[in-house]
Amino acid sequence: MSTNSKGIAIGQQDPTWVRFLVISISIAFVALMLVLPLGVVFWEAFRKGVSAYVASFQDRNAVRAIYMTCLAAGIAVPLNLVFGIAASWAIAKFNFRGKSLLIALIDLPFAISPVISGLVYILVFGMQGWLGKWLDGHGIQIIFAVPGIVLATIFVTFPFVARELIPLMQEQGSEEEWAAISLGANGWQTFWRVTLPNIKWGVLYGVLLCNARAMGEFGAVSVVSSNIRGGTNTLPLHIDALYNDYNSVAAFAMASILAFLGVITLIGKTLLERKLQQETSSSLESTTTEESQ
Amino acid sequence: MMKKRSTASLPGFRITMGYTLFYLSLIVLIPLAALFLKAATMDGAEFYATITSKRVLAAYRLTFGASFIAACINTVFGAVVAWSIVRYRFVGRQLLDAIIDLPFAMPTAVSGIALMAIYGPNGLIGKHLIPYGIKTAISPLGIVIALTFIGLPFVVRTLQPALEELDGEAEQAAASLGASRWQTFWRIIVPSLLPSLLTGFTLAFARALGEYGSVVFVAGNLPMKTEIASLLIISKLDDADVPGASAIAAVMLVATLLILLSVQGIQWWSQRRTGRA
Repeated sequence: MSTNSKGIAIGQQDPTWVRFLVISISIAFVALMLVLPLGVVFWEAFRKGVSAYVASFQDRNAVRAIYMTCLAAGIAVPLNLVFGIAASWAIAKFNFRGKSLLIALIDLPFAISPVISGLVYILVFGMQGWLGKWLDGHGIQIIFAVPGIVLATIFVTFPFVARELIPLMQEQGSEEEWAAISLGANGWQTFWRVTLPNIKWGVLYGVLLCNARAMGEFGAVSVVSSNIRGGTNTLPLHIDALYNDYNSVAAFAMASILAFLGVITLIGKTLLERKLQQETSSSLESTTTEESQ
Repeated sequence: MMKKRSTASLPGFRITMGYTLFYLSLIVLIPLAALFLKAATMDGAEFYATITSKRVLAAYRLTFGASFIAACINTVFGAVVAWSIVRYRFVGRQLLDAIIDLPFAMPTAVSGIALMAIYGPNGLIGKHLIPYGIKTAISPLGIVIALTFIGLPFVVRTLQPALEELDGEAEQAAASLGASRWQTFWRIIVPSLLPSLLTGFTLAFARALGEYGSVVFVAGNLPMKTEIASLLIISKLDDADVPGASAIAAVMLVATLLILLSVQGIQWWSQRRTGRA
């Protein structure tokens, strides 16, 4: 925190009108570009009253869409969590060649357009793809079906947990794990009792962001979705369908759930960032005192 | 802190590494390879004809152009926002800081319909501008607005740590040597923030290139006019033209990867620069 105190002190020396202008522009821009769209979602959702809002949810397709969204996130998040923990253990606790390449490859899905993320699965599992004919012959459908939705969701949320945990575990080092092992703990016990308590806030942070993206993904799932209502439509796809039917209140009612989830995510993210910052600064303090002793 | 131990190592390397590589290959690498193989096995002339057809070129031009403008807007306003968050103390500063990430947390489809409700022909702002002949949606302007929305956090979050590191010593030194605040700003602050500004710009630009959800609602999706590359990929797929979709996608993917590679280049350059200083 203290690194910036000088910067703030200098900032206070700026003429009042400069400060006023800069702060005003910032607030105006953020209010117009970010806050207004968020507010509009709730405004539009409740435009025809609470009863119209509530009625939007008493629809079979809406319930199905909420279920599909929870299903996709419910599969994608745990899988990517297990992967993220395994990958960060391998990367942070060991030295091997090609480590930075591996980290770059893990980050790759963030660089890829959602539409392309869906497309690649069509090329593998679709009728014109590698396995399409074989799968079709065995009566297995992946594209335009639930497995495709889940796969696309896994792809776009792939790096979230890993990219949070890798730097965290690298920073924490392996001293405590070594101590546990030398005291006779096995690898599994070491992970559960030593590593996991140290990284729990980072895990939660990664899961939070992973889940927000999993529940909100639109581009990738719309490529692999059948777009049949009550079929594979997740909430974002259902919003799209309602909106194209000029059913604005229902579309915004569905959108309000996801916007609410977004706000919860932001709050959780801010709180967890504070927690993580506290922990790193306190662990840095403890190492410096150890060194000075 | 980390002592190198060459002889012994912690348990679990084989299983975690094995699983990492297996899962990475299964989910990411093999499907991506499918895209490049598809593009590579296409007839060269056919591939070239697809990606240089008028409609595709128009989509590329629009996508790159709108992304570029949006990234420029975000670089300017993102710098202003980051500056006020880091340098000034005011009521609501922490709230402002937290809200910056909203585009990460808000699903793109939600942003899309929200932007349409604001900038559409019947929208809160859009309807007041239509009489002046300004179309804030179903137009390239609408695409720029959507891409500005999703790109802002990239610039702010890249600049914030760099601004915090700028501890003010060089600024004070410049001031004590008689430089005006304005001179200090242009000669000291802007040059030291340049790598972060470039990185933030590039990240926002790359993200905008691939954006789909928030754009499709406000774009209107008219071929040759407001059809972005991502949308064209989808319409090719709807026509069951998988090779065509793959060709367009391969070009976009290579472009995005090259742009992101340049971020690595910028970081390398700035490290060398600060290392020398």
